[in-house]
Amino acid sequence: MSAAHERRAAITGIGVVAPNGTSTDTFWKATQEGLSALDRITREGCEHLPLKVAGEVRDFEPAAVIEERFLVQTDRFTHYAMAAADLALDDARLGKADSETAPYSIGVVTAAGSGGGEFGQRELQRLWGKGSRFVGPYQSIAWFYAASTGQISIRRGFKGPCSVVAADEAGGLDALAHAARAVKRGTDAIVAGSTEAPLAPYSMVCQLGYEELSTVAEPDRAYRPFTDAACGFVPAEGGAMVVVEADDAARARGAEVRGFVAGHAATFTGASRWAESREGLAQAVRAALDDAGCAPEEVDVVFADALGVPEADRAEALAIADVLGAHGRRVPVTAPKTGTGRGYCAAPVLDTAAAVLAMEHGLIPPTPNVHDTVHDLDLVTGRARPAELRTALVLSRGLMGSNSALVLRHAATDRA
Amino acid sequence: MTRRVAVTGIGIVAPGGIGARAFWDLLSSGRTATRGITLFDPVGLRSRIAAECDFDPAAYGLDAEQVERADRYIQFALVAGDEAVRDSGLDLAAENSWRVGVSLGSAVGGTTRLEHDYVLVSHGGQRWDVDHERADTQLHRAFSPSTLASAMAERFGAQGPVQTVSTGCTSGLDAVGYAFHTVEEGRADICIAGASDSPISPITMACFDAIKATSPNNDDPAHASRPFDNNRDGFVMGEGGAVLVLEELEHARARGAHVYCELSGYATYGNAYHMTGLTSEGLEMARAIEVALDHSRLDPTAIDYVNAHGSGTRQNDRHETAAVKRALGQHAYDTPMSSIKSMVGHSLGAIGAIEVVACVLALAEQAVPPTANYEIPDPECDLDYVPRVARERRLNSVLSVGSGFGGFQSAVILTRSRE
Repeated sequence: MSAAHERRAAITGIGVVAPNGTSTDTFWKATQEGLSALDRITREGCEHLPLKVAGEVRDFEPAAVIEERFLVQTDRFTHYAMAAADLALDDARLGKADSETAPYSIGVVTAAGSGGGEFGQRELQRLWGKGSRFVGPYQSIAWFYAASTGQISIRRGFKGPCSVVAADEAGGLDALAHAARAVKRGTDAIVAGSTEAPLAPYSMVCQLGYEELSTVAEPDRAYRPFTDAACGFVPAEGGAMVVVEADDAARARGAEVRGFVAGHAATFTGASRWAESREGLAQAVRAALDDAGCAPEEVDVVFADALGVPEADRAEALAIADVLGAHGRRVPVTAPKTGTGRGYCAAPVLDTAAAVLAMEHGLIPPTPNVHDTVHDLDLVTGRARPAELRTALVLSRGLMGSNSALVLRHAATDRA
Repeated sequence: MTRRVAVTGIGIVAPGGIGARAFWDLLSSGRTATRGITLFDPVGLRSRIAAECDFDPAAYGLDAEQVERADRYIQFALVAGDEAVRDSGLDLAAENSWRVGVSLGSAVGGTTRLEHDYVLVSHGGQRWDVDHERADTQLHRAFSPSTLASAMAERFGAQGPVQTVSTGCTSGLDAVGYAFHTVEEGRADICIAGASDSPISPITMACFDAIKATSPNNDDPAHASRPFDNNRDGFVMGEGGAVLVLEELEHARARGAHVYCELSGYATYGNAYHMTGLTSEGLEMARAIEVALDHSRLDPTAIDYVNAHGSGTRQNDRHETAAVKRALGQHAYDTPMSSIKSMVGHSLGAIGAIEVVACVLALAEQAVPPTANYEIPDPECDLDYVPRVARERRLNSVLSVGSGFGGFQSAVILTRSRE
C-alpha cells in the first residue's frame, strides 16, 4: 500500500478527568499555569497509611454526568472513563447518529493498571465479613480490567474493535497505538485512553511494595523528578480519553483534526531495572520515530516519563540524549505530571492530551514543584514556554519493565 | 509484501493434562476433569465444582524462588511457556531480543492472591481501613496486571513489545490475536503468546454465584459441564494456561522449524448490548468470524471445524449457534463444532488460548475433539456438536470463537497449508 493511500490516525477529541481539572479546558489552564493538584490523601480508611500524598480527583460528581443504572454497576475508575469518553466524543462531535448508522465503525480501547479496587474491596468485605450470599451481582463486571471498555461500548453503542491493555504505566501509550493501528486497518474511530482509581485503602496497601513510591508527606516536595531531591513518584487517579479517528473519516464529516498519532514503539527491559531502561527507552524512541517517518531533529518537545527515582531519571535523560543526539541537550523537556501525580496507565494518556493542547497553543507547560535540574536536560520549569511545536514525543516507563514512546504531530504538519 | 505468521511451538497446563500430549489424550478420550473444589473449602457456595489443575510447580522446572514470587496463574504460564519454547526449537539467546515480544491474556490476574492477602490485612473482612503492617511486600506483583507478561519476558529475555491483554473471557483469543498483529505488521519476528488464569477462589466463585452463571450440579461434577445439551445449567469454573510461539513464517522456514500451522486471521468486535448478556442473533460474533475469514482470504466453506466458546450457559450456546450459522451459512450444518469446556471447564481469560492450542493439536492430529456430556439436543442448538467421542477428520482450516463479559466477540482462524 502506498503511503499516499495509507490512512492516518488523527486525534479529533480530547476528554480529561484529572486531579487538576475535570474538563479539558480546566485541565489545560492548570497545566499551562503549572499549578499542582498534589495534596494529602483524604479518602476514608487511608489516614493511617504511610502513603500520604496523591493526586485525587475532587471536583467530580459522577451522578451529575452518568445514569444511575451505569453508576451502580461500576467502580470509580469506570466512572472516570465514561465521563472522559463523553467529553472526548462531544469534543469530536461524534454522536449517537454516527454510531447508530455505522455501529461497527467505532471501537473502544482502554488501558488498565489497577481495576475497580474500591468496588472490589467492598465486595471482599461483604464476602469475608458476612458471607458469600452477600456478594452483589455486579462484582463480576465492576472489578475486572475490561469494565471500562465494555461499559463505554454499551453505553454509547459502539460495536467496533474493543480491547483492553492491562498494563503498567507504559500501557497507556500502547492503548493509543493499538487504537491508531485499528484505525489504519479500517475502523473509522476508536475512543481510547485510560483512567485509573488506585486510591482505595487496599489498593494503596498493594502499592506500598513499590520501592519507587514516594512516602514524603509534603505535597510540594513529594514528587520532584530530575532534581537532587527526587524521592519517588506520587500516585494519582483520573485520566483521559481521546478520539483517534481516520483522517479521511474525520474530513468526510467535517470534524476538526487536533493532531496525529504518527508513530509508536514499545520495548521491555525488566521490572525496576532503571539503568537498563536507558537502552530500552532509546530503542523505543528510535523505532517510534522510524514508524512516524520522523527525524530526531524534528522533535520539538519531549513529555518525559519523569519517575522521580534518581537512577531512573538519569537513564531517561541519557536516553533522550542518546537518540536526539546533540539536539537532546536543546530540545525542551517537560513533565506536567509532577502537578497531577502518576495515574498509572492514565499518566501518559494525560501527557498525550497535554501534548496535543501544547501544540495547538504553541506553549510548553512547565514541570510543577521542580526547580533545579541535576541532569543534562532543558527541563521547562517555572512558567510555560512559548514555542512552535510541530512534533511531540511522549515517553512512558512502567514499574513492571515496559518502555513506550509515542510520536504526535501537529494537525497543520504536512508529511511528504 | 504481507508477512505470514506461523505457530512453531505450543505448551499447556490444563486440568486433567499438563503438557500437550497429556492434554490431547484427555481431549481425544472425551474424559472430563471437572470435580468438587479442593483448592479451598467451598461450603456455602451455590457452585462448588471446578476443573482444577493437579499442578506441582517444582516438578515442572520452577525453582523455590520462582514459586515464591509467582502467583499460581503466572506459574501456569511459565511452565506452558517453557514447553512452547522448547517445542519451537528456538534458541532465544541467539535471536535479536528486541524482535521478540510477549502477549499474554488474563481476565482476573492476581485476584486469587489479592483475596488471600486481603483476608489477613482486613482481619477477615472486618475492617475497611486495612492493616498495612500485615501486608506482604510483594503484593504489588499481584496488584499489577502486567506482572504476567513481565515474568514471561524476563524468563526468556524478550525485549520487544510486551503486553498483557485483559478482555474478560476473550482475553486468550485476543492476546493471541494481538500477537498475530504484532508479528504480521512487523513489530516483532517472534511473539510468545497465550493466556493464564487461576480464578478458583471464594470471591470469583461467589461473584459468578451471584448471577447464577455457574453450574450448581454439585452432585455430579464429572457431568456438570454440558455445552449445547438441553440440560445444561451454567459453566463450570476452570483454571490453566496455554502458550504458543508465533513466528514470522520466513523466519521459521529459514531455521528449518517445524510449522504446525499458520495463524491466518483474527477479528474482535463489541456487542454494545450488555456486560453479561448476549443477543439471540449473534450478529457481532458473526461479524468477527466474517472479518477473520476475510483476513485469511478464506471462504466460509473452507472452515473444517469450529472450536466453540460453548460455555454451557443457556444463552451462550444459542447465541453462538446463531452466530456460526449466520457466518458460515448452510456450511455450518456440515461442520463439526465442539466445546472442550465440557472437559476442562471455563478458565475465564485462559480458555481462549487453551482452545487455540486445542485447534493446533486438532490440525496436527487430524481429529476433532468431542463435546463431552452432550446427550439431549436443544431444539435451538441444531449443529453437529461431536457428541462424546473424538472424530477423525481431514482438517485444513479451523475456527476458534469466544465471547466475554463486556460484550467482546472474537474469532481466530488457523490454517494448515495455504497456496
